[in-house]
Amino acid sequence: MLPELLSGSVPLEAYLLVAAVLFCTGVWGLINSRNAVRVLMSIELMLNAVNINLMAFSSYVDGQLIRGQIFSVFVITVAAAEAAVGLAILLSLYRNRVTVDMERFNLLRW
Amino acid sequence: MTIAASTQLICFLVLSAVVVLGALGVVLLSNIVYSAFLLGGVFLAVAGLYLLLNASFVAAAQVLVYVGAVNVLILFAIMLVNKKEDLAPIPGLTLRRLLSGGVCAGLFALLTRVVLTTPWAEGPEPIGEDATVRIGEHLFTDYLLPFELASVLLLMAMIGAIVLARRDVQAVDPGTGEIADQGLIEKARTPLLVDQPPS
Repeated sequence: MLPELLSGSVPLEAYLLVAAVLFCTGVWGLINSRNAVRVLMSIELMLNAVNINLMAFSSYVDGQLIRGQIFSVFVITVAAAEAAVGLAILLSLYRNRVTVDMERFNLLRW
Repeated sequence: MTIAASTQLICFLVLSAVVVLGALGVVLLSNIVYSAFLLGGVFLAVAGLYLLLNASFVAAAQVLVYVGAVNVLILFAIMLVNKKEDLAPIPGLTLRRLLSGGVCAGLFALLTRVVLTTPWAEGPEPIGEDATVRIGEHLFTDYLLPFELASVLLLMAMIGAIVLARRDVQAVDPGTGEIADQGLIEKARTPLLVDQPPS
């Protein structure tokens, strides 16, 4: 990967590594956030990491049929629906519990 | 590809630096409004990466949907639930952060090893700016059913969000049949689930 990078062209692995960093950051934020809005933001980060992977493969491996771009359009659609429903659930939760602290949403815990 | 290779490399490095630093800021900053704006920056940088990958249609969709819709929705949610509350300290928070950081670092190491050791197949030459035409052909031939299902999904999400987020107000009291007090309707509903003391 490094000689290609030094010769001036961007290899496929560079995109995959950026996506891996983004995904791991999203996972860490998902586990550690105490604010429910930040949890939703972390989910968006992870979805974007997956989209970068799909787009990189569609450009480097599947250059003629670009099925990865179709998949990322669908992922963007589902992410928009998920964000709308997730924030509606969050508003409803906030009305009932008057908090956004994830540690206090423990009604269903054993 | 009209951009020279070195320009492309510089653009890639700058955009990926913005993506990585912005994602860290989203996760680590304590002020959530800053996090939301940084998230918009991350979305824009990801759209720039899509442009580098010859995908102008998906880059435009990313800017419209993510920056224009999702990020604004998140900002509205922050405004609606923005109550200053000092979070109660929970035991073992530092240990939990360190452990999850270790798990994420391990996941990253695994992904890096897979990425660097796999011999990726070289595909055919990318079609470049004809990608938008090809996406349209795909969406109306072999991906027609998922495309229509996506529209149904969006309709369902819209109705679901309205049902979840609306405030249940009835003009007539269901118990007594009297006209409900307008002041009661305007007033915020009292919380239904009273907080239990932490056990």
